[in-house]
Amino acid sequence: MKPAPFDYHRPISLDEALDLLSNLENAKILAGGQSLIAMMNFRFVQPDHLVDLARIPELTGIEERDGVIRIGAMTRQRDLEFSDVIAQRLPLVKAGLAHVGHRQTRNRGTIGGSLSHADPSAELPMLALAQDATIEVRSTRGARRLPAREFLRGYLDVAIELDEIVTAVEFPCWRAGHGWGFHEFARRHGDFAIAGAAALLELGEDQTVERVSITLNGVDVTPVRLTSAEDVMRGRRLDAELICAAAAETRHLEPLEDAHAGAVYRRHLAKMLTQRALGDAAKAGALIASV
Amino acid sequence: MRVNGVHYEREIEPRMTLGDFLRHEIGLTGTHLGCEHGVCGACTVLIDGRTGRSCLAFAMQEDGSEITTVESLAQGGELNILQQAFQDHHALQCGFCTPGMLMTLTELLRDNQNPNETEVRETLTGNLCRCTGYAAIVEAALDAAQRLAAAREA
Ligand code: FES
Ligand code: FES
Repeated sequence: MKPAPFDYHRPISLDEALDLLSNLENAKILAGGQSLIAMMNFRFVQPDHLVDLARIPELTGIEERDGVIRIGAMTRQRDLEFSDVIAQRLPLVKAGLAHVGHRQTRNRGTIGGSLSHADPSAELPMLALAQDATIEVRSTRGARRLPAREFLRGYLDVAIELDEIVTAVEFPCWRAGHGWGFHEFARRHGDFAIAGAAALLELGEDQTVERVSITLNGVDVTPVRLTSAEDVMRGRRLDAELICAAAAETRHLEPLEDAHAGAVYRRHLAKMLTQRALGDAAKAGALIASV
Repeated sequence: MRVNGVHYEREIEPRMTLGDFLRHEIGLTGTHLGCEHGVCGACTVLIDGRTGRSCLAFAMQEDGSEITTVESLAQGGELNILQQAFQDHHALQCGFCTPGMLMTLTELLRDNQNPNETEVRETLTGNLCRCTGYAAIVEAALDAAQRLAAAREA
């Protein structure tokens, strides 16, 4: 279908964009457009104004400072996928990015757009939660910073006001050589995931789990941290049994049902994917710990 | 906007997608629109050298961009190597998906001169074909990569 008419605005600075947003009624931010334009074509969304952020230079870029990777909100997913910094410092993010849509959509889709759209089966919100990322938002009223777990409020819903723009995302890095694993199940590579699991591990002496993060997507209205499984693992010696015990914590999940999968199936997927993601993380982490 | 090296200027409504702009405003109907919501990939073109779905871009956004469409591939009435490989391998039946397939593969073969079958298949996940079952398309892509390599050596 064709979208309903709207006015198009193309600010060239962040301040101009913030002014526009605070003054216009029923305005929407256009980032990469890979979800928004599809929804407009269906007329699920009918904004009167679109504010295109593509020509605001300060919203793009990847930089590392004091163990934190700061990514401008309008940075394209494809540029993240091929960034050396991301590959070295955030290997889990790199692995997850390969599952974000298709090449044509990653070329255009942005990190800020994907986070703000907050689809429960999307990878970037899940990765932000897994890495305890911080989301920076701005409005004419000022700037504020939100942890990913507060930002991701609900189904397609994030904790920002209508006049606010996501300007950057900051990912704290884990220790060099940490373990990571990413597994996802979709009907077709790049389609919406039915479920997925992301794991991060840091091991200490004797293979003891010092730090762990386990995150699932596709099982609830937002991605979720499997904190009970993290508790099971922390401080214990890493072995196959421990991984199984952690993955078994998925039994407490009450996944959504939809046309693609029922709750029982999703719970099963969550368990298997968690096990595999942890298995990969353990291999990568143990290798490092033993040298 | 430049399309296939030619400069075009038009007054348009903001809601016009890039795909509709190419087809209706400048008459380049090689680009096909299937689903118009980003699923089928038939509408794929190169936007500043990168593939994108022309149904998920407004023409206004691409003010000043360089767009490359399927019409640019054949030169002087001769199919290019990739197109010829498609014909030789029967990689199209109805041909609806073909422009998108060709543009996606054009980008792939530019960035990766020697892709393996998995890479080709992964790249093509963003393009649907209702007719061929993909096997012939994958064969054509792999064969085109070899022919391009041979052409480079020659
Ligand atoms: S018409 Fe654009 S993806 Fe189907
Ligand atoms: S040849 Fe008919 S859709 Fe691909």
